Amino acid sequence: MVEKTFHITSSDGVHARPATVLVQNAGKYESDINLHYKEKSVNLKSIMGIMSLGIPSGADVKITAEGSDEQEAIDHLATTLKNEGLGE
Amino acid sequence: MTQLQGIAASSGIAIAKVYRLEAPDLSYSKTDVDQPEQEVKRLHDALDISKNELEKIKAHTKNSLGDEHAEIFSAHLLVLSDPELIKPIEDKIKADNVNAEAALDETANMFIDMFKGMDNEYMRERAADIQDVTKRVMAHLLNVTFPDPALINEEVVIVADDLTPSDTAQLNKQYVKGFTTDIGGRTSHSAIMARSLEIPAVVGTKDITSRAEKDVMIIVDGINGDVIVDPSAEEISRYEQKQADFEEKKKEWAKLKDDPTKTADGEHVELAANIGTPEDVAGVLNNGGEGVGLYRTEFLYMGKNQLPTEEEQFDAYSSVLKQMGDKPVVVRTLDIGGDKELDYLDLPKEMNPFLGYRAIRLCLERDDIFRVQLRALLRASVHGNLKIMFPMIATLDEFRQAKALLEEEKQKLIEEGHEVAEKFEVGMMVEIPATAVIARQFAKEVDFFSIGTNDLIQYTMAADRMNERVSYLYQPYNPAILGLINNVIEAAHAEGKWAGMCGEMAGDEIAIPILLGLGLDEFSMSATSILPARTQLKELSKQELAGFKDEILSLGTSEEVVAFVKEKTNQT
Repeated sequence: MVEKTFHITSSDGVHARPATVLVQNAGKYESDINLHYKEKSVNLKSIMGIMSLGIPSGADVKITAEGSDEQEAIDHLATTLKNEGLGE
Repeated sequence: MTQLQGIAASSGIAIAKVYRLEAPDLSYSKTDVDQPEQEVKRLHDALDISKNELEKIKAHTKNSLGDEHAEIFSAHLLVLSDPELIKPIEDKIKADNVNAEAALDETANMFIDMFKGMDNEYMRERAADIQDVTKRVMAHLLNVTFPDPALINEEVVIVADDLTPSDTAQLNKQYVKGFTTDIGGRTSHSAIMARSLEIPAVVGTKDITSRAEKDVMIIVDGINGDVIVDPSAEEISRYEQKQADFEEKKKEWAKLKDDPTKTADGEHVELAANIGTPEDVAGVLNNGGEGVGLYRTEFLYMGKNQLPTEEEQFDAYSSVLKQMGDKPVVVRTLDIGGDKELDYLDLPKEMNPFLGYRAIRLCLERDDIFRVQLRALLRASVHGNLKIMFPMIATLDEFRQAKALLEEEKQKLIEEGHEVAEKFEVGMMVEIPATAVIARQFAKEVDFFSIGTNDLIQYTMAADRMNERVSYLYQPYNPAILGLINNVIEAAHAEGKWAGMCGEMAGDEIAIPILLGLGLDEFSMSATSILPARTQLKELSKQELAGFKDEILSLGTSEEVVAFVKEKTNQT
């Protein structure tokens, strides 16, 4: 299993558009991918899961991936977060 | 054959089959099933068809409205592939041996309730998204049609209770020949959209939805406001003739496209158009508009989840200014509140929204929102002939405050090294009777007035224009209204300023002779009304009409005014 933590800098937190892109990209991988925020953890391939967390600006989140393509997955998602202006 | 009378909202004749745009019946009964595998398959088939449709709608929306509006459908598509939604439905089918309908409905409702319970408007709206997409899947499970205006691919006339902005945005002019609704008036959103799309429409028929069955022929006469369901062959040919005559007339009007607007006695007035988006400019130029008299900037803020950025706004304003070249463009700053809500601002609900926290009142308090718009406008000012106008001004102090903010942002931009036009006019809307009464005092400080008649009438007559029971009080020709308009025009001229009008009244053939006589300088209307107005103005003498001014203003009722104008201008 691999994991990476991120600090959300986008002023709107994790809002609709970047969340959509994150989920679309997570869906491309075989690995189980989860997003952890505070004590909760959701499937990053689930748009409703992500939205239900309501992650605000300034939050610290962790992404974990486990499976055959875990490293590629987490690298890709890190780039996505950055490109979508969510944080790093 | 059934004939109904409504309000002519957009001119032209449409003859086609009825397409009913209505919520489908999605009631189902919960049943036990022997073969849950079969139900899971039904579920996946319904999901696949739904995804396929959403892909098409997304592509269509992208073409007609751009990427940003299409984005919502990407989110909808993800909901339909969401493992956290689909898996529980499958589990429910297998564990409880229930049909797919019941499993879908119960699971979706659990999520909808969860989102609805969140303490943030934005999350509550996601509940509506889930509801939207699961309804589509449910319709396919039940084998009932889920109406999608974007997917229509034959010639139809749309019949609906009312059309929402997103319904109208999805209409494809190639196939949708016209529409007719139960509710609405000439100034309702659907009517305004019909005119900008240039498709015939009759609104406010009260009960067309209970009279017109799917697929029967229907005629919509947007010139007279008649709707005929299941017409006879003679009726159809009579209206085909009327349609041909109207096309002929349009060709006549088109000849005046590049001519300046001149009255019979050689006076010039400016005929401008009201627009909502940069895409509307093509229609303005095709209809010979001499300017944009009202650019409603609200559409930039509506139908999305967050405020538009300075860049987005700059792009939209620059695009309009560039397309119009040196022709004037009057941009109205944000007029939100009243009947136009923005969910993401989370404004408290009000008892009297039209008398409440809206337009400039909101902008002066939320200057964080207002300043962004002003900056975008100022930066765009170098790309054309910009005039800025503040809505819903009630007091001189409000105008001064708004102008001061504009000045502050201008200085900041210059210090930051941005280019800002040397000179541009700053004016105000006259919609509140208080400002019309003391227009003389305002005229010393503004560069121009633009009279917003829809609101001026509702505030003067104390009649909510959304309330059909008091719609008889919507009286543009009431001498009380004409007196206020006269006051504004005289005040402007006394200070060497100009006065325009950007309400529906400016394009009305009874109002035009009156307004010309009162000395109105600029008439801003739906783009499609410009050429008919130019044709009418050619026959009118400003000097002669000015001579009737005192007599018109001393009449007692709206009816007397109409009769007087008709007699003097030989209208029937």
